[in-house]
Amino acid sequence: MSAVASAAVRPPVKKPGKSLFSNPLVRAVISIAVFIGFWEIASRLNWPWVGQAPAPTKVLDAWIPLLTDQGYWYSWYQSSRRVLSGFIAAMIIGIPIGLAMATSRVFNDVTFPVFEILRPVPPLAWVPAAIIFWPTQELSIGFVIFLGAIYTIMLNVIGGARSIDMRFFQAARSMGSSNWDIFRRIVLPGVLPSIVVGMEVGIGITWNVVVAAEMISGGGGAIQSSAGGGLGFFIWNSYIGGSYPLIVVGMISIGIAGYISSAIIRRLGILVTPWLRLR
Amino acid sequence: MANTRQSSSAGEIGAWDMFMYRLSRWIKSPTPYLMLVGFALFFGAWFLLSEVFKVWRFASLPGPRQVLIEWFNPNPVYGMSLYTPDFYVHIWSSMRRVLYAFLISTALGVPFGLFLGWSRVFREYTFPVFEMLRPIPVLAWVPLAIVMFKGDETPVIFLTTLASFYATALNTMLGVQSIDEAYPRAAACLGASKWQIFRHIVVPGALPFIFTGLQISVGVAWFSLVAAEMVSGEYGLGYLILASYVNVQYVVIIIGMISVGIVGYASSALVRLAGDYMMQWRVRELALGGGR
Amino acid sequence: MNARNQSATKGAIRIEHVDKVYHAREGEVQAVADCSLDIRPGEICMIVGPSGCGKTTLLNAIAGFHDITGGAIYLDGEMLCGPDRPKADPGPDRVVVFQNGALFPWKTNLENVAFGPVVQGKMGQKEAAEKARGMMADAGLAGVEHNYPGEVSSGMRRRVEIVRALMNDPKVLLLDEPFRALDSLTKSVMHEALLEIYYKNKVTIFFITHDLEEAIFLGHRVAIMTTRPCRPKKILEVDIPHPRNYSVLTSPRFRELMEETVSAVHEEAVKAFEAGEKEM
Repeated sequence: MSAVASAAVRPPVKKPGKSLFSNPLVRAVISIAVFIGFWEIASRLNWPWVGQAPAPTKVLDAWIPLLTDQGYWYSWYQSSRRVLSGFIAAMIIGIPIGLAMATSRVFNDVTFPVFEILRPVPPLAWVPAAIIFWPTQELSIGFVIFLGAIYTIMLNVIGGARSIDMRFFQAARSMGSSNWDIFRRIVLPGVLPSIVVGMEVGIGITWNVVVAAEMISGGGGAIQSSAGGGLGFFIWNSYIGGSYPLIVVGMISIGIAGYISSAIIRRLGILVTPWLRLR
Repeated sequence: MANTRQSSSAGEIGAWDMFMYRLSRWIKSPTPYLMLVGFALFFGAWFLLSEVFKVWRFASLPGPRQVLIEWFNPNPVYGMSLYTPDFYVHIWSSMRRVLYAFLISTALGVPFGLFLGWSRVFREYTFPVFEMLRPIPVLAWVPLAIVMFKGDETPVIFLTTLASFYATALNTMLGVQSIDEAYPRAAACLGASKWQIFRHIVVPGALPFIFTGLQISVGVAWFSLVAAEMVSGEYGLGYLILASYVNVQYVVIIIGMISVGIVGYASSALVRLAGDYMMQWRVRELALGGGR
Repeated sequence: MNARNQSATKGAIRIEHVDKVYHAREGEVQAVADCSLDIRPGEICMIVGPSGCGKTTLLNAIAGFHDITGGAIYLDGEMLCGPDRPKADPGPDRVVVFQNGALFPWKTNLENVAFGPVVQGKMGQKEAAEKARGMMADAGLAGVEHNYPGEVSSGMRRRVEIVRALMNDPKVLLLDEPFRALDSLTKSVMHEALLEIYYKNKVTIFFITHDLEEAIFLGHRVAIMTTRPCRPKKILEVDIPHPRNYSVLTSPRFRELMEETVSAVHEEAVKAFEAGEKEM
């Protein structure tokens, strides 16, 4: 440690100057402030395109009274409930099927091609067919959300299960594991990280789908719906009613909701895969 | 290892031979027959449930036989089949929109992503806004897009572009960040300037991720296009699907869905082919069984 | 016979009291402390130390990838980095061959070798390719010019990379455990190939390794480094005459030199191991 002391005697090499502006957080604040300022000015000056969006101050004015409005929060609840039920259904069905596809060659060969021809059809193209098929509107929206999430979840489960190192199976066998042991102690934890990734991507798609499904089934003139139909309805009704600041309020609300749900999934993911935390 | 060079330059084992060999292996394996079983089960179940036994809600769905008859009918009952020009007008409208959106988002997203990954200062000043806007689902932009961009065409193209842009920019950035630190260092050692490093290292190094991004981008482009067309717009497959629902022409809904699937699949296949063509080094590496 | 005597004019590196402190999550880490080392022009200087002891930090400072926090480094009397400029500029006079290889996978072997002179603007595309082809043939690499690096064996890739470095007539070749990922048989072939290339080109070689046998076999001198902070602990003159080949390995003098140094290296390895355990 004497070397450390002697280092102080020699002329130290100059360090490049660090200013306030090299702090990433300060830069982030600047960038967002510039963006919002630009938006405000553009909107005030009524520029084409960007300027046609309602100004941030107007959005805020419209938002504040809503914070104590029960109907607004009920929209949050409705959308979240739909997302959650469709998403959970996708996991309950998608994870076992994905595991079966990854572990059984025959099952994979029979089902995967069918799955592959269905996959290119965007979930929202299913909306009318879903409305025809399912007895209630709630079920049809749930079905489309389910479709939005299931492909990603399944593909991730299959990929995760196939990427498990062969040696883990061999090691487990050599220590006398049964098939069930291998499935429970090797396959399940092995696919867990991929399931988490699939869920994270899937929940993003799900929020996309729920908004559109709510807008299409409520706004497309197909089904006359009453109030309290979720954030997608909220946006669409604001548009129909001509209150443009509320459109932006709805958009931001959905953004926040989507962000919170991915954050929760990420947290859960870290919780259930503690062995990945070191990296 | 060395013999691969001779075979590729002399062309002893051509691509065609390789293809035929793989085909014969495939035919001899149980895979294609199991695949046929899968398709038979799927279409059989659909047919029986909706057309023969008319079970429960399936009765209201058009069956595969009805769909085929209508689709290949020169005089379709609902006016939409392979023989009607209208069908192609819808397909072409959607394809044109996706093409515009794809071109615009690639032209903007790739350079943006490259700079995001390359320059820390640029990233720290612009990425927060990008990250702030990204959680807002693209489809939540629909009404605002209609307000901002008047007309029928621009809002739809804007929405589709936005969805693709996120995918392209983000993957390009990840691509730049995935480049092994040793490559730019080696280039700097060999006397490359900053700009040369960008051109010779950063761009080709990010290419695999860029093409992954472009494939995702085509996928989300169709995903959002359909929704955007359903809400606003005339013509286009999304519009066709919803309009057929409103006009109670249920068979046409299925025709529209299948068409979207086919066109969407074809466009991602095209992007994949373009990627293989531009990344010969990768194709050859993978052909040898995974690089190192 | 002695290669060092034939061309002892360029490529002298002088490392003077170099310090490097970097900021990690655990706090400040002193990677290099008061490290001084003179590397003679045209010699092969082997730097031996356990993994993570800070020797790569030293190489990065010479190459110009990292700054230093004290001291100075000179190349042929010219300051690369020191009190007024903490970070050297990377340049073609000091070319690095990397641990895991850094041939650009998207360029063919020939394009890789020709890369240096082309980007420096010294040669046109054609001229560089011509020279590259000649140098590759000299190094026994004829026939793989138009393959991508991913298509040839790892030993071959290493040779291509060394040729790519030599294309620039560097004063110093900085090798960072270049043969680490190779199996020991390939490694022995590569050692002789490297010596052969060295006898033809006479360039100063700064070679980092953790393999003592490799160090004594290749080097004129072997510097054994302490672990964290990194500093020369012992400098060994290898008095086995060049040119060498693999029979040297069984010679009594080689054994003696091994015996002389092996305990010093082992001591540092134990220290590094224990420190590593604590960090984990």
